[in-house]
Amino acid sequence: MARHVVAKADEIAPGNNKLVTVKGREIGLFNIKGQYYALANKCPHEGASLCRGTLVGLAESDGPGHYRLTRQGELLKCPWHGWEFDVRTGQSWCDPNNTYVRQYAVSVEAGSELLKGPYVLETFQVAVEENYVIIEM
Amino acid sequence: MNIAIREQKADPQATRLTVVDCDIHPQVRSPADLQKYLPERWRKHQATFSNHVRQALSETLSYPRMTPDVARRDAWPTNGGPPGSDLEFMRQQHLDLNGVEYGVLIALRNGGTQRNVDYGSALCRAVNDWQVEYWLDKEPRLRGSLAVHPEDPVGAVKEIERASADKRFVQVLLPPRMDEPAGRRRYWPIYEAAVRAGLPIGMHVGGVGGHPCTAGSGAASYYIEEHHSLVPAMQAVVTSMVLEGVFEHFPDLKVALIEGSFAWVPSLTWRLDKQWARLKEEVPHLTRKPSEYVREHFWFTTQPIDEPDDPQQLFDVMTWIGWDRLMFSTDYPHWDFDDPRYVFKAKLDEPHRSMLFRDNAKALYGLK
Repeated sequence: MARHVVAKADEIAPGNNKLVTVKGREIGLFNIKGQYYALANKCPHEGASLCRGTLVGLAESDGPGHYRLTRQGELLKCPWHGWEFDVRTGQSWCDPNNTYVRQYAVSVEAGSELLKGPYVLETFQVAVEENYVIIEM
Repeated sequence: MNIAIREQKADPQATRLTVVDCDIHPQVRSPADLQKYLPERWRKHQATFSNHVRQALSETLSYPRMTPDVARRDAWPTNGGPPGSDLEFMRQQHLDLNGVEYGVLIALRNGGTQRNVDYGSALCRAVNDWQVEYWLDKEPRLRGSLAVHPEDPVGAVKEIERASADKRFVQVLLPPRMDEPAGRRRYWPIYEAAVRAGLPIGMHVGGVGGHPCTAGSGAASYYIEEHHSLVPAMQAVVTSMVLEGVFEHFPDLKVALIEGSFAWVPSLTWRLDKQWARLKEEVPHLTRKPSEYVREHFWFTTQPIDEPDDPQQLFDVMTWIGWDRLMFSTDYPHWDFDDPRYVFKAKLDEPHRSMLFRDNAKALYGLK
């Protein structure tokens, strides 16, 4: 398990995502209301690129004729067949136990901490005054 | 820490699989693309009266779709225009990426549902000429489907005779929902012309104008209700064509049902055979059990694939239908696209793979 610096914290605005590649794997990095989440960029159903999907809310109902939209922007909807995944857990809304997207641990570190190591910085110029998003993989 | 950050682009799939895709939807960049193929008389008609189909909101589909233009969210060309309108983008995103050896174009919105049948037939002709110039001349992997207006058999026969001279048209395209069931004799001249031209009939889900998807019990509320109605529409096609005796009259007629799914086929043929044994006196023109006509004359494309919890059960259904009658299709660029790498959830052995993904379609459409 290594820690990979994949983005500057301020380059992904809330509600946006960024596609990164770590160890040859495509990973979608999402900023949901200031929190970062990392999901494999591959739908478990038929393999679509999830970063091309849209962040949606959850349409819920207690019965016919009653509707409410909750959790706006927290569910990732696949660009093909519309499978919805909870970005916070990777679980499918319809089939949470069997269908889920692989998640990776994410943290945000200050540049001043990163410069202490044990990171090895090859492609990133780290500035002391900025924050960075780290994926563990 | 060795991080590459890049924009997403399509990498060729690491797959040796090549496919014949029996359902690709090309689209005009704008309706103006067809103008140059329309005679002046119909250009004026279009400018003055526009379209007339049997539904409200003639420029859209009768049920609101869950994605814009029914398309995959990632299928909008980067250079603008609607999904399916940019050949280079289609090459990158689908033909190259998914190993498409041949792709059969199904041009929807082709004029075949216009109430003014002369205008509709003129649009069909324009769509056929557009397919040749915009797609077939530019991309050797693509094949066309010959558009005709089903309610104008005289015009349809003329167009089959004209356009079928181009051997890149591999079938005559009709919708399963026409003004009458597909086996009625008003459509027989079209079947006769198709047989004479050596072409199968391709029936792609559509022709919804004016017909509730519930087949007579009223208008449904939801798109989810309408989407599966491709099943009863195709069942009505099979039932009508078999029972009206179409295949007794045209023993060489072949019909491909496109985007109609297929898991329903065995139960329909069991039921038809059962009733035929009791009621055949009503249809003495049939010389064989209904299931035998189905087995001999119908082909089925795979998308939108049926997804039973136990994926092996799908293979049982395919065995009952006949492995030589099933042909892979994606429906690109529509949202319910099937990806050739993941569409079958259980392992398929190589001979069956080859039949489904290539050989059956090549045999039906005469592709080398």
